[in-house]
Amino acid sequence: MYAFTQHRPATVRQAASLLAKQEEAKLLAGGHTLIPTMKLRLAGPKHLIDLSKVEGLTGIEMRGRSLIVGAMTPHVEVQTSPVVKENFPALAELAGKIGDPAVRHRGTIGGSIANNDPNADYPAAALGLGATIITNKRRIPADEFFKGLFETALEPDEIITKVQFPKVNKAAYVKFPNPASRYALVGVFVSKRGSEIRVAVTGAGANGVFRVSAFEQALKKRFGVKSLEGLSVPADGMASDIHGSAEYRAHLIGVLARRAVAAAG
Amino acid sequence: MATATIERLIGKSIKRREDPRFITGRGTYVDDVKLPGTTHAVFVRSPHAHARIKKIDTTAAAKHPGVVAIFTGKDMTGVNSLPCGWLLPDLKVPPHMPLASDAARYVGDPVAVVIAETEDAALDAADKVKVTWDVLPAVSATDKADARTSAQIHEVAPSNVAFKWQIGDAGAVDTAFRNAARVVKKKIVNQRLVANPMEPRACLARYDAATGDLTLWVTSQNPHVHRLLMAAFVLGIPEQKVRVIAPDVGGAFGSKIFLYNEETICSWATRQIKRPVRWTSTRREAFQTDAHGRDHVTEAEMGFAADGKIVGLRVKTIANMGAYLSTFAPAVPTYLYATLLNGVYTIPAIHAHVTGVFTNTTPVDAYRGAGRPEAAYLLERMIEAGAAALKMDTVEIRRKNFIPKFDNGFQTQVALNYDSGNYAAAFDKLLRMLDYRKARSDQEAARKQGRFLGIGFSTYIEACSIAPSKVVGSLGAQAGLYESGKVRVHPTGGVTVYTGSHSHGQGHETTFSQLVADELGIPMEQIEIVHGDTGAIPFGMGTYGSRSASVGGTALLMSLNKIKEKGKKIAAHLLEASPGDIEYANGQFQVKGFPGKAVPFGQVALTAYVPHKYPEGLEPGLEETSFYDPSNFCFPFGAHACVVEVDRDTGQVKVLRYLAVDDVGNVMNPMIVDGMVHGGIAQGVGQALLEGAVYDKDGQLVTGSLMDYCMPRADNLPVLKVDMTKTASPSNPLGIKGCGEAGAIAAPVAVINAITDAIGSEDLAMPATAQTVWQALQKANNRREAA
Repeated sequence: MYAFTQHRPATVRQAASLLAKQEEAKLLAGGHTLIPTMKLRLAGPKHLIDLSKVEGLTGIEMRGRSLIVGAMTPHVEVQTSPVVKENFPALAELAGKIGDPAVRHRGTIGGSIANNDPNADYPAAALGLGATIITNKRRIPADEFFKGLFETALEPDEIITKVQFPKVNKAAYVKFPNPASRYALVGVFVSKRGSEIRVAVTGAGANGVFRVSAFEQALKKRFGVKSLEGLSVPADGMASDIHGSAEYRAHLIGVLARRAVAAAG
Repeated sequence: MATATIERLIGKSIKRREDPRFITGRGTYVDDVKLPGTTHAVFVRSPHAHARIKKIDTTAAAKHPGVVAIFTGKDMTGVNSLPCGWLLPDLKVPPHMPLASDAARYVGDPVAVVIAETEDAALDAADKVKVTWDVLPAVSATDKADARTSAQIHEVAPSNVAFKWQIGDAGAVDTAFRNAARVVKKKIVNQRLVANPMEPRACLARYDAATGDLTLWVTSQNPHVHRLLMAAFVLGIPEQKVRVIAPDVGGAFGSKIFLYNEETICSWATRQIKRPVRWTSTRREAFQTDAHGRDHVTEAEMGFAADGKIVGLRVKTIANMGAYLSTFAPAVPTYLYATLLNGVYTIPAIHAHVTGVFTNTTPVDAYRGAGRPEAAYLLERMIEAGAAALKMDTVEIRRKNFIPKFDNGFQTQVALNYDSGNYAAAFDKLLRMLDYRKARSDQEAARKQGRFLGIGFSTYIEACSIAPSKVVGSLGAQAGLYESGKVRVHPTGGVTVYTGSHSHGQGHETTFSQLVADELGIPMEQIEIVHGDTGAIPFGMGTYGSRSASVGGTALLMSLNKIKEKGKKIAAHLLEASPGDIEYANGQFQVKGFPGKAVPFGQVALTAYVPHKYPEGLEPGLEETSFYDPSNFCFPFGAHACVVEVDRDTGQVKVLRYLAVDDVGNVMNPMIVDGMVHGGIAQGVGQALLEGAVYDKDGQLVTGSLMDYCMPRADNLPVLKVDMTKTASPSNPLGIKGCGEAGAIAAPVAVINAITDAIGSEDLAMPATAQTVWQALQKANNRREAA
């Protein structure tokens, strides 16, 4: 690890001003990607802005028909929250499948979404539920937030403060973990909110999380496994590595989407 | 005087004495040893698989604050090549310098060392070492290493061939195949594995300028071998000036047998800078530089008579040695592999030809099982192929071919003479545990519901208790393979045992204590086991090849017998009886038939050190040392079964049941044996389903971390059902055969056979990842549709 200066702001405003002011600064929001990368000397930020002491960034609550999750809320709290379990069981289940207990106690929803790892689970939930990413500056719909591998719509001094999930009628997430990393080799999140259907896929896309409109169209007519029969995703545009070829990933999207629809009921 | 019979401990599942220290974080591993003034070494390694070193510029690095010294290969004058400890006829042995100065030959090959006050300073400075490379063509694939490539790795090895070696009778196989009803042929790949012990390699070297003594703490399975090879062969330091200590070692699986560059360089460097030098491997370095395992590509043919009897076996194997010959590398794909190709079956004609090749990859050497898993995998895949070709039941064909029960000696077609065996008995016991018929009917019922279940078997034999020195010497070993054991009885009756075996997870502190406690009739609490320190123990060969209990244990037994014999003389004198009339029982020396006329062990011990009333001419003291060189290998065997379910949509394999019957001869501690078998099975399931080191065509290690190289975890395994049969080995007085590698040998092929049974495919590569199985399913479907 290269030497760095750690800052511990108390407010989002302080954090944002540090982020704007300091060169080569990074936010620390759990650190489960950043710290290992730094330990391998693949990243060497000069300044780490630790968000753990910033007020008002944690917590889970229903506000009207929306779930609000503070950006610094660790996965374990989403996994075990009675509010989430009651209103968004698919989201609680997804959180419970991230990493291992150590990761779930330190990793945060804001950190995961801001990092936008192409194999992470939360981006699938955000896109699959049509979430709104709330920052210190604005509200960004998930559809406009995820821009590519590790790329988001966030501006250099922008900080996620909350994630807002609209309540849906049905939802499920099915994950096919990479056996080594236990990240998603492919993960499919489906939801139904009135006539709005979302099928979001993580792990498979060469360009990160994406929606499968062909599946969504089919499910819009009738939300059932049968609607997906005979439908597949082309291997074009899929990621390919030693863990899974583009074809295999494309195939898994079909399998997991059917399973997710079945699980969503 | 107490005469109550003391409960025997051998054969009991005594809890491991060492575990409280390990599970409470109080073990002392190399990295826990702290010395004042210690410096930290960081190695500059090649990022290229093959590249000439044009220039190494250390100017900027040397100016970095905290840097103590920087060395390159050119500085290490008078230092010899790391030795290869097993020579084959016509083996090409290229130089393997601790720091490469002409060219780097694999990613991770060290070319310079930066030594600094702190690890961070050393890392920062290492970044500033500028190496100018001339990148050369590289080759990583085992079956592409020969003349077809433009990469020429060593001058001494044209076409990158390290050796060509054969065993058996080629003519007999030709004849057998001509008369065979069927000859089945298969390409069999045994993939490359990374050992990944929990504790990475580490060393700490301290030169004492006042005395000229060098102490090396190192993660080693055999500290004397480390000392001999490093001091005498490489650095030219007299052995008496070197002490090697391998304290608590957190797993090894073979990877810590070998002499590596890093400890050699640190031992050399501490003499230059006259301060202690430490290095602890990162996990990434472990992937790149710990000797890898296996990596065979084989063409195998097995001939069968119409009734299913095997008539012959022909094997052509290419074995990947990696970039250099690691310490015992040439032995693994030859004497530890091809000599086991007789398996537990009657095979009248066998011929094996092995080509060892150099590639631009990490050196390959012994890894748990070392050669024997490769042999078992091959045989058990071939016999499955035979069963399929002859449309025979997989159980029936094995039964038909087992070598019948024997108690003392079976000469194989490939040099070895098995000690004792009852192979059908272990297999039959396994079938009963499995309830084979029910398993088949369950499989059929599941199939009707569209679920793909599969049942797979494996049998195996291994050569353990390595080994008779004369035999291995004639086969090219540059070392003897005996073991030492010293027993020191203290004046008040406590006992310290000094064993040449080394425990890095095996539980010797418990099992050897059980042996001593039983033999001397004293409580385990009175016994200490010392190992892993050349300054304390007699010359020892260490632990690998499932040899500690049988070879190291027997050496201890010999010393214990000497202690008892001497004790009898002392007791006879005290009891005014003849030594011939004294027997030792329940912790006391007594006149035969008169248990009341006795002296306890402690009194004899005290008398030996306070020899006031003492036999004339007898030396004082009670301490004995023995060296045991076994008369033969031991040959544990067994049969394993696996039931899997394959998800037909994704190819995902789930191991539903795993059962094992192992015959490891007599057992000292069943719980420890079960633990070893469990661990071995986990590793074997890992090889079958999860693990595999992958290089790209340029020789970059793609699976360079645990994010990409998949180690087995608890949730990859069902509850294991393990049992034993017991066929005592006549090769050693304890009747022990050895258990350390059994699981890793038997498990991979049991799992693969189960998957091929489930999906009706004949070919399946390891690791059988979901994608691999899905692709095999697609192929099988296409075949069915075409048919």
